[in-house]
Amino acid sequence: MPIGKKIILTTLLLSLVLIVVSIIAISAGSSGVNFEETLAILAGKNRPNNATATIIWQIRLPRVILAAFVGGTLALGGLVFQALLRNPLAEPYILGISGGSAIGAILAMLIGLSYFPGVTIFSFTGSLLVLAFVTILAGTTQGNTMLSRDSLLLGGVMMNAFCAAVIMFLISMTRSFQVQHILYWLMGDLATLQKEQMPILLLVLPCFVVIFILARPMNLLLLGRETAAAMGINVKNIVLLLLIITSLMVSIIVSLSGLVGFVGLVIPHIFRLLLGPDHRLLVPSCLLGGATYLILCDLLARVLPSSGELPVGIITALIGAPLFIVLLLRNRA
Amino acid sequence: MSFSVSPGEFFVIIGPNGAGKTSLLKVLAGLQKAQQGTVTIKDKNILKYRRRNLSQIMAIVPQQIEVGFPFTVADTVIMGRSPHLGILGMEGENDFYIAGVAMKFTDVAHLADRKLYQLSGGELQRVIIARAICQQPEIILLDEPTTALDPAHQLKIMDLMEKFRREQGTTIIMVSHDLNLASMYGDRLLLLKEGRVIKTGETGAVLDKELLEQSYGCRMMVDESPLGQAVRVTPIPDKYLHTY
Repeated sequence: MPIGKKIILTTLLLSLVLIVVSIIAISAGSSGVNFEETLAILAGKNRPNNATATIIWQIRLPRVILAAFVGGTLALGGLVFQALLRNPLAEPYILGISGGSAIGAILAMLIGLSYFPGVTIFSFTGSLLVLAFVTILAGTTQGNTMLSRDSLLLGGVMMNAFCAAVIMFLISMTRSFQVQHILYWLMGDLATLQKEQMPILLLVLPCFVVIFILARPMNLLLLGRETAAAMGINVKNIVLLLLIITSLMVSIIVSLSGLVGFVGLVIPHIFRLLLGPDHRLLVPSCLLGGATYLILCDLLARVLPSSGELPVGIITALIGAPLFIVLLLRNRA
Repeated sequence: MSFSVSPGEFFVIIGPNGAGKTSLLKVLAGLQKAQQGTVTIKDKNILKYRRRNLSQIMAIVPQQIEVGFPFTVADTVIMGRSPHLGILGMEGENDFYIAGVAMKFTDVAHLADRKLYQLSGGELQRVIIARAICQQPEIILLDEPTTALDPAHQLKIMDLMEKFRREQGTTIIMVSHDLNLASMYGDRLLLLKEGRVIKTGETGAVLDKELLEQSYGCRMMVDESPLGQAVRVTPIPDKYLHTY
């Protein structure tokens, strides 16, 4: 099948799954599941002053949209970093994004700033500072190894380790009631979203487009940087552009949702096992698949506990790890 | 150093380990900047070319190939079309046709759906050459393409390159350790040592006993090949020195 057709078919199929899962997630809540009512409300046929309608429009729909953006962005970020660093263990936080943004967010919480804009801005700034440091560090390495995989990886891992120590220090020094909030943020938490934050999500859309256009160069980068250059890719510019775009969109998302783990690591691997290594196919698939997966995990995080909710980061790993192992074994056979 | 390669020529760069052959090839490919001097392709400085345009003229067959990601043979060969594709990078019918012809030419068409890591060394090398051919270049650079292969596969690769050159008029520049392959296939040779050109010229003139012995640091026997039309170079092991 020609690649164009394959991309369209896969995208349609995954979009359908995304829509179905979204409707289920919007319908389900502590008051049970009611598809008919939900569909009617979403179609705009609701009676005024309907409490369920308010819950759906004000709470559940924004929440599902946030989960979709977070899941999609993280999965795509993981895909790009795995290709760029040619390392299967790469995930969207690997260049120090997690450490930097966490320090920013924790500082903001300890000062007592509100979630929005305080924590969001602090965490975004922290993330960018660490990223800039790691990129400049890797960019100034001697010789012709500019932005080499190893220097990026090592720089990122070291910064994350350093930041982790600072985070633990901050947590251990505080007696504040904020500790619970901090822990939830570190595990990823979609419950803190406010409606005013929604427009920020739109900022990541152009990033998706750029990454899709760069999908083919990413295929070539998998074969090694020199081979990519020999086949007409301006490696330095492409690598730098991908680094910046991906880091930016992940930083934006993290500043809204905290550190939702595992989606960015496992979703790209799952689709690579299912669809092969062509990024023209993987970019839209990871985007839609990541979105669907996180909506599903968030749904479970909301409905599983009898009271309150779990941080979604717990569910992503609890389901994702076994799922991945099953696929790996199936692929071996 | 200064030398030029004519269109359609089979040019072989030889020299001992560490002579700078691969570096020279990378400079010729525009992958590395020369410390001094310039490389000119078709009267235009190589640094003035856009990478994409350069890749439409020139293909490279590297010494090592990454096979970690599970691309198939067909996936890999069609990647050679990259410098000719539009911004979304979607191949058309014509691109698949060209890739098909390239795979038939290097005898890997029957492997189209195999993964790269399932191939033998000789098959893998032919896939990479198919990719280079698929690029429809005017120049192909090869970095020791036969080093890891047995004699039959070495000849298969070399015959492929020779046939492609004859049919398409492509210029071939190859780095090689194998002096006899260089002798049999090369039109002109360049002997490199410690980053300097020791000699460049007709095959017979470069494969000179004294030059080779000085450059490689071992005793050599150079005589007429029993096949004719080429010289034969035999490095002499210590235990044979007394009979020589």
